Amino acid sequence: MDHVESTTSKVTGKLPTEEIDSVVIRFAGDSGDGMQLTGTQFTQATALQGNDLATFPDFPAEIRAPAGTTFGVSAFQIQFASFDVLTPGDAPDALVAMNPAALRVHLKDLPRGGLLIVNSGAFTPGNLKKAGYETNPIEDGSLDGYRLVSVDISKATLAATQPFGLSQKEALRCKNMWTLGLAFWLYDRDRQSTIDGLRKQFAKRPEIADANIAALNAGHAYGETIELPSGMSRLIVPKAKYEPGLYRNTTGNEATAWGLIAGCQSAGIPMMLGSYPITPASDILHYLSALKHFGVVTFQAEDEIAAICAAIGASFSGSLGVTTTSGPGMALKTEAMGLAVVTELPLVIVDIQRGGPSTGLPTKTEQSDLLQAVVGRNADTPLAVLAAATPGDCFTLAIEAVRIATKYMTPVILLTDGYLANGAEPWRIPEASALPKFPVHLRTEAAGFHPFLRDPDTLGRAWAVPGTPELLHRIGGLEKDYDSGNISYDAANHHKMTKTRAAKIAGIARDIPLQTVHEGEDSGDMLVVSWGSTYGAVLQGVRNARRRGLKVSHAHVRYMSPFPRNLGEVLSRFKKILVPEMNNGQLVKLLRAEYLAPAEGFNKISGQPFRVSEIESKIRETLEA
Amino acid sequence: MSEQLVTLSRKDFVSDQEVRWCPGCGDYAILAAVQKVMPEFQVPREKTVFVSGIGCSSRFPYYMNTYGFHTIHGRAPAVATGIKLANPELDVWVATGDGDGLSIGGNHLMHALRRNVDLKILLFNNRIYGLTKGQYSPTSVLGQKTKSTPFGVVDHPMSPVAFALGANARFVARTIDVLTTKHMPDMLRRTHDHKGASFLEIFQNCNVFNDGAFDYFVEKDVAADRQLFLEHGKPMVFGAKRDKGLRLKPGKLELEVVQLGDNGVTEADVLVHDETNLPLAFLLGQLEPPEFPIALGVLYCNPAPTYERMVHDQVNATREKLGAGDLDKLFRAGNTWKVG
Ligand code: SF4
Repeated sequence: MDHVESTTSKVTGKLPTEEIDSVVIRFAGDSGDGMQLTGTQFTQATALQGNDLATFPDFPAEIRAPAGTTFGVSAFQIQFASFDVLTPGDAPDALVAMNPAALRVHLKDLPRGGLLIVNSGAFTPGNLKKAGYETNPIEDGSLDGYRLVSVDISKATLAATQPFGLSQKEALRCKNMWTLGLAFWLYDRDRQSTIDGLRKQFAKRPEIADANIAALNAGHAYGETIELPSGMSRLIVPKAKYEPGLYRNTTGNEATAWGLIAGCQSAGIPMMLGSYPITPASDILHYLSALKHFGVVTFQAEDEIAAICAAIGASFSGSLGVTTTSGPGMALKTEAMGLAVVTELPLVIVDIQRGGPSTGLPTKTEQSDLLQAVVGRNADTPLAVLAAATPGDCFTLAIEAVRIATKYMTPVILLTDGYLANGAEPWRIPEASALPKFPVHLRTEAAGFHPFLRDPDTLGRAWAVPGTPELLHRIGGLEKDYDSGNISYDAANHHKMTKTRAAKIAGIARDIPLQTVHEGEDSGDMLVVSWGSTYGAVLQGVRNARRRGLKVSHAHVRYMSPFPRNLGEVLSRFKKILVPEMNNGQLVKLLRAEYLAPAEGFNKISGQPFRVSEIESKIRETLEA
Repeated sequence: MSEQLVTLSRKDFVSDQEVRWCPGCGDYAILAAVQKVMPEFQVPREKTVFVSGIGCSSRFPYYMNTYGFHTIHGRAPAVATGIKLANPELDVWVATGDGDGLSIGGNHLMHALRRNVDLKILLFNNRIYGLTKGQYSPTSVLGQKTKSTPFGVVDHPMSPVAFALGANARFVARTIDVLTTKHMPDMLRRTHDHKGASFLEIFQNCNVFNDGAFDYFVEKDVAADRQLFLEHGKPMVFGAKRDKGLRLKPGKLELEVVQLGDNGVTEADVLVHDETNLPLAFLLGQLEPPEFPIALGVLYCNPAPTYERMVHDQVNATREKLGAGDLDKLFRAGNTWKVG
């Protein structure tokens, strides 16, 4: 990591502290060890401390995988820094391994010399065997190259929680808080937000809150007495320079839910969410179900098809129908999307992409639904597609999706992915009054009305909803006559309607921002084009390459259909175009097809986000080729 | 101007679209009966929505001069659920068939019934796929020869009313397309007036692909002996001479036909229909001629709170408790920090 450069050692008390620009820490343990909670608490405290950050929760698909096994390992990585953080970091500077399986899975990512904290109490013969260790790595010298801190966290936790009369099982559950306490001490984080959180969470069982807080404090106190391995010191990461404002952490799913609500307020219409539980989209259903006081109606449907169909019904009735899903659910909703396209109803479909095909890798991230979103329906069935770049961008683009859907009377697909959905970043809280406003005008005027009467500018059709006197009409999946909206099987009319539907979507390009090159020169040897959640890694990779003197620029696309109207022109200004994607090459195909651009793909399909270093070396390789 | 106070007639519900069913199709009689009873409900046309899926029956909305949505195959109950949730004030009807509602859309029909969404669901059962030109459906009978079963159907049919009851429907009724003067209109009235999901099966003759499918209980010479008209609180008596009745077999949960007058059996021995009795409704729904009469009328009616009402009550209760949603408050809840 090249930003871990500036260090100024100083001594406070008996231990040296060191100022450092950025730290990447990974907590790993068994699914039952509470690593996600440890991670989110650490994130919270870090945000409050004023660092910029990005996180990467990585958990298994099984709810309760057999304890101690490698496939039951759950991890949470966070990068926090005094500068603008774009990714959760390539490799951890510090790894916490709560059991042998976690060590087995994650040690390979820890650079030699990195800080390694292990819970020796979990390194029992049984656990070692389950993780495939013949001898105990803590004792056999195989960890010599790392700065090892071996503590029996289980025992220390039992001792700390002993006064509270918990069962052994309950007491052991507090060991993630002990670990968190130690991490807080090492990186100088404040414990108060966690303590407040525990008090709130366990308000009904104060003894559990007390035990967890005691474990947290004990872990922190342990730091005071610890003998750090040689060369290690307590690390201080100064505050990042943010734009002034009020901040909070948000995940992509939370931001999406809020953006949808905000968008509907901006449009001045109620929201109806039809959804069916699916990883990693379910949290949006959970969030919105709890926000009924915003007038949101949520409907957990019997299946993905009913979810989108109910949303379409709601849009027909004058609400904004929204449906949230992931790849397999997208496949099921396809036919209904066609209905929304042909009936020209507003609809927002959020696809939290995950690894596929089929059930694939439900908890891992991927960008492989782009082609499905843009063209994956029977017949010529165009609609608008947006893709969020960061967790915070999910908020902005959810609002934009509502704007486009209601203004153009079209379904809009918002693509995010598992990485954005669960990853957190600090988000500058907007003033609700400053959000864009785009009130919907429902048709009430009878004179000259027919249901497919179009706005000459947007080509959006008139939206007249049941309950409106004198505008009685019928719509459906059959082709309509351009001039009356009645059923029509006329050949020339179908040609015209197909062209009109395409022109309507293409016309949205006049109403969205132009494509910018936001890093590097506007023309030159090479442009790296990214979309979706690879934004941070690609931008950082380009920045690093430029710092090393390479001539390369970066453009990030958020509007996938239609593309920004100058995108082809931007591409044409570069000799080489590299398109990194977490799929087997989808945007690259669209760019080549649309613009005959000499775009080359760079693909990673491992369920894991790109590392900055991977981008950087691919840039070098492509430039040298 | 709302039509609230305007008196509407049958003609007001006739749309300007040319009706395109085959001449002689039972669908015409159903359309006429619906258009006939609609004015009685005094619901303004703009507050009425007909929703359908795909199939012959699903052309229905185009012919009603109300709001209408001709959706996709099998999904009408789901779309209708969204319409009703978004605007509970609307009177929402679903027109579906045995293929649309019970095959491709069986799942949605089941859940709309179970949730008790206030939808008036008309299932036109013609025991055939008409629009795709004559394949067998989930209600086709064993041995039925169709385009896709030239040697006869070998899969067992289902009973739509038993399905509806099994899905926890609160209103289940049955009628026949030929009963145009009284029974079908009466059943449409009951279907409309019930609050909650109401399910009306209408035996409908497809004279092109399955002509005479119901003759075995509809033909003049057998009708009286093979049709039982259920009435709440009335004994289940039927037959040309009103001399047959249904009763429980002694010691068994099973119905049997008895001849009044034989062995001292009188009307007092015959079961009295109770619309609120679910086990009885199940027994009645399974009766098949010729051994038994077909049970027509309201098999089951037992109202319960409707889904959309409960959804909106929850929204309103939450609003009352937490106040109307405030984005600024939402964004600032939990941990925040100030920069600069
Ligand atoms: S195919 Fe059968 S059901 Fe369809 S319209 Fe013709 S007669 Fe009626």
